[in-house]
Amino acid sequence: MLAAAETAKVDPMHQFTVEPLLGHDWNVAGYNLAFTNSALWMLITAVALFVFMLGGMRQQLVPGRWQMMVESFTGFIDDMLDANIGKNGRKYLPYIFSLFMFILFANILGLMPLGVVGVHPFTFTSHFTITGILAILSFAIVLIVGFWKHGLHFFSLFVPAGTPLPMVFVIAPIEFISFLFRPFSLGLRLFVAMMAGHVLLEVLSSFVIDGWNAGAGFGVLVGIPSFVLMVAICALEILVAGIQAYVFALLSSLYINDAENLH
Amino acid sequence: MPQIDQMFEIWSSQLFWLAVIFGLVFFVVGKGMVPKVTSTVDARDTQIASDLAAAKAARDAADEQEEAWRTRENANRESAQAIVGEAKARAQAATEARLAEAQGGIDARLAEAEARIAASRDAAAAEIETVAVDAAQDIVRQFAHVSVDEAAARAAVQEAMTRGQ
Repeated sequence: MLAAAETAKVDPMHQFTVEPLLGHDWNVAGYNLAFTNSALWMLITAVALFVFMLGGMRQQLVPGRWQMMVESFTGFIDDMLDANIGKNGRKYLPYIFSLFMFILFANILGLMPLGVVGVHPFTFTSHFTITGILAILSFAIVLIVGFWKHGLHFFSLFVPAGTPLPMVFVIAPIEFISFLFRPFSLGLRLFVAMMAGHVLLEVLSSFVIDGWNAGAGFGVLVGIPSFVLMVAICALEILVAGIQAYVFALLSSLYINDAENLH
Repeated sequence: MPQIDQMFEIWSSQLFWLAVIFGLVFFVVGKGMVPKVTSTVDARDTQIASDLAAAKAARDAADEQEEAWRTRENANRESAQAIVGEAKARAQAATEARLAEAQGGIDARLAEAEARIAASRDAAAAEIETVAVDAAQDIVRQFAHVSVDEAAARAAVQEAMTRGQ
C-alpha cells in the first residue's frame, strides 16, 4: 500500500498521519506526550461539545430549539440506558453520554470539508490507539462493576441461564473467549468504519483530480462519476458517523447491562 | 498505514491526551452539564404531570358541581310542579264551589219563579172563574131571564171548566 501511495499524487493514508504540533520532546518517564494534531482535534471536539451543551444550560421550562436539541440527545441516551439496563442505568448516563457525544462530534468534525479553507480535519476515531483505549475503558467499567456488585459470582456470566450441566464445560470457554473479544470488536469496529470511509473518499477524490489531469475525456468519464459517487458517499459517511457512535454507546451499555444485571 | 507505522511513537501521546481531554469531557459535560439537563427535563415532566392532574381534579370538581346543580334543579322543578298542581287543584275547587253556589242561586230563583208563575196562573184561573161566574149569571139573566145564584153558577162554571180542560 505504501509503494502504491508513493506513485500516486494523492496519498489516501496521509490523512491519518499524526504530527506533533507542540513539544516534540515532552517526555515523561521515557514516554512521549507531544501535543499532536490528533490531540488538537480532541480538544476541538471537546470544545465544540462544550459549546453545544451550553445550549442545554438555560434550563427553561419551555425550551428553545437549541435547548430542545441538547435535551433530545440526553433523552436519547437516557432512553437507551433505560431500555438496556433499566432503572439502574441512570448512573451510567454521564459516561455513556460523554462517550457517545465525544465520538459523534469527532466523527462529524472529521468529515467537515474544512480542507477548502486550508484546515485539514483529523479524525482521531480512525486511530485504534484511540478507539482501543475507549473500548478498554468501557470494558474496564464492565469488569469493575461486575466484580464490585457480584464478586466472583460474576463468572457465572459465562454460563448462560438454563445450560445443561454437561454443556457448561463446552459453553463456558466459548463464552469466556467471546467476552474477551468484546473490547477488540468494540474498538476495531469504530476504527475500521471511520478509516474505510475516509480512505474511500480520498481515493475517489484522487480519481477526480487524476482524471481531469489526464485530459477532458478522462475527466468526464472518470472524474464526474467519481465526484457524484463522492457526494453520495459523503452522505453515507455522515450516517456512518452517527451509527458508529451509536453502536459504540449501545454496545458499551449492553456490556454494562451484563455486569449490572447478572442473569 | 500510519495507525500501525506510528503506533509505537504515538500511543503514549494518544493515551495521555485522550485521558486528559476525555476526562475533561466526562467531568465537565457528563458529570457537570448532563445532570442539569436531565433535571430540567424531569422538572418539566413532573410539572406537566401535576398540571394534568390539577386539570383533571378541576374537571372532576366541575362535574360534581354540575351533578349537584342538576339534582338541586330537579328537586326545584318537582317542588314547583307540586305548587302548580296544588294551585290548580285549589283553583278548580274554588271554581266548582262558586259554580255550585251559582247553580243553587239559579235553582232557587227558578223554583221561586215557577212558584210565582203557578200562583199567577192560579190567581188568573180564579179570576177567570169569577169572571165566568159573573158572565154566566148575566148571560142566563139576559137570555132566559132566570136569576141563578152565584153558587149554582159557580158549580156550573167549574164543571164546564173541568170538562173543557
